[in-house]
Amino acid sequence: MTERILSCSEALAEALTEEMEKDENIFILGEDITAHDGIFGQFKGLYKRFPEKVIDSPISETCIIGAGVGAALTGMRPLVDMHFADFFTTAMDEIVNQAAKIRYMFGGQAKIPLVIWAPDGGGLSAAAQHSQSLESWFVHTPGLKVIAPSEPSDVKGLIKTAIRDDDPIIFFQHKRLFSQTGTVPEGEYFIPLGKGDIKREGRDITLITYSRMTYLSLEAADQLAEEGISVEVIDLRTLKPMDFEIIAESVKKTFHAIIVHEACLTGGFGAEIAARISEELFDYLDAPVLRIGAKDTPIPFSPVLENFVLPQTGDIVEGVKKVLNS
Amino acid sequence: MKISKEEKIDLYKTMLTVRAFEEEAGKLFSENLIPGFIHLSIGEEASSVGTCSALRSDDYVASTHRGHGHLIAKGAEPKKMFAELFGKSTGYCKGKGGSMHIADFSLGILGANGVVGGGFPIMVGAGLSIKLRKTDQVGVVFFGDGAANRGTFHEAVNMASIWQLPIIFVCENNLYASTTPSSYTLAGGSVAKRAAAYDIPGYVTNGNDILDVRKTVDKAVKRAREGKGPSIVENKTYRYRGHFEGDPQKYRTEKEIEGFRKKSDPIRIFHDYLIKEGALSDSLDKDLQREVSQLIEESVKYAGEEPFPRAEDALEDLYSTPIGRIL
Repeated sequence: MTERILSCSEALAEALTEEMEKDENIFILGEDITAHDGIFGQFKGLYKRFPEKVIDSPISETCIIGAGVGAALTGMRPLVDMHFADFFTTAMDEIVNQAAKIRYMFGGQAKIPLVIWAPDGGGLSAAAQHSQSLESWFVHTPGLKVIAPSEPSDVKGLIKTAIRDDDPIIFFQHKRLFSQTGTVPEGEYFIPLGKGDIKREGRDITLITYSRMTYLSLEAADQLAEEGISVEVIDLRTLKPMDFEIIAESVKKTFHAIIVHEACLTGGFGAEIAARISEELFDYLDAPVLRIGAKDTPIPFSPVLENFVLPQTGDIVEGVKKVLNS
Repeated sequence: MKISKEEKIDLYKTMLTVRAFEEEAGKLFSENLIPGFIHLSIGEEASSVGTCSALRSDDYVASTHRGHGHLIAKGAEPKKMFAELFGKSTGYCKGKGGSMHIADFSLGILGANGVVGGGFPIMVGAGLSIKLRKTDQVGVVFFGDGAANRGTFHEAVNMASIWQLPIIFVCENNLYASTTPSSYTLAGGSVAKRAAAYDIPGYVTNGNDILDVRKTVDKAVKRAREGKGPSIVENKTYRYRGHFEGDPQKYRTEKEIEGFRKKSDPIRIFHDYLIKEGALSDSLDKDLQREVSQLIEESVKYAGEEPFPRAEDALEDLYSTPIGRIL
């Protein structure tokens, strides 16, 4: 398989084009997605190619998500665009009480092949209502699956799997990663849900991360390598289902674990991973598990403030040293 | 659309079935045989039966927490409904849903919904799906006067109108949103009147007269099927029971309830009409009542004898593609 360099946005659009060409039941519904190809250009070329299947919606997030549920229940495979993940709050009933529960509460009668695509994350001075990382809300909701990839090849392989999956899926993509480039294989491929990926092998400590923090963790690993510290970086890619085996295998080798996410610390997904590690891998630990996340504040506007609140590469470097020296 | 005498008798029998089902459910609930809580629609049978009778079997219905009548009118089987109310494994939802969450997707019933106003966005999706698949199906979303004040109502009617979706928004205005009178909660005093703002037809019916409901919904269905877009139908009706069984009903008087029962019981109104028209005789009426009683009796017996689910069945039916061990 040969490879090319694509951005995360290009990888997404390519994957959706491939899938929409094969299955006429797929359609995309959201705000500002025809004239501008989506506000981040994430659906580039799709409206031109599939004019009936890329549909602009009024600013009605509740009904956008709810319509995705209703269409999924009646034979379609919608991908709905949340515009900004922060606006999930305006459609929580449709996600939590409807999409997540309909199959279960009706005794397994229904399939809900719905992908809710949500750009999340900070680092753009977009302030408190356009910068959040809200994945733990949805991981905490039985009935949903949650994906948060980092690199372009994972975006492509995972969105293709998500589109073909028969359950409601929240697909996060970090806004700062849209232009992030990486090698992407030619031709068709799928990445299964619930499979993490070791982005860098190491011996001394395991960094468990996902989304944009994968790149910061890799940067930290580069810096620490210069000091002779060998860091393993696991990108979970899918948060629900979560690949705990890849974590266990790594921790049994390194005896040290840090979870790095951009979401604020308290009640974040890192707490869940840390609890699982302590429940199932306690005997393998040489030090307490550390969590690195944003401070427990809303995301502030001014870059000085925002950089202070969000985890930085330096925080990860310091965290690794702290755990290894404890 | 002309309705034959035979069909009118069928409609009457369905109304009797809905009422008998709910009276029996109320009795079983008071005897603690049904867990949780139930919401009965006794008094609203003209709306549920009249509306669903205007639909084809492949048309969609989104129901509410007060949904037994909608389900029976769309073809659901009382025995599987009672089994669900009892929490049995052979109920419509294998005991996972209960009264507020019954669905039969094979009958186009996209589910009763425990969230007031929860059906609107789902029906917009079904309507969009019909449009994209280019079929001539239609969808009805039932809601109460209370749900008309949810934001989902506005978003859904607006979307249905701009996209000309084949949806009939059927309001069952029973004068009370739970315990609060709609005279207090409903600005403008009418749900149908709101249709004008979305540039779609809005009809008000005597919601206790099944033929008025049917005639009106027929009109809205025809328009929807022809691709001309949505309508709002407001069936003015009344519920004789509380919001839920056990509701102390401090918000209204016994006299008010009795007044409605005497004046506008939808089953009596239709009965009197059928007698007058010569479609129904006293002996046929007795036969129908007996058949319905027997159906309900057999259904309850069936439900009572069916097994409960195994406790660990609680872990089934969550995902179509399982995610591995559920913790």
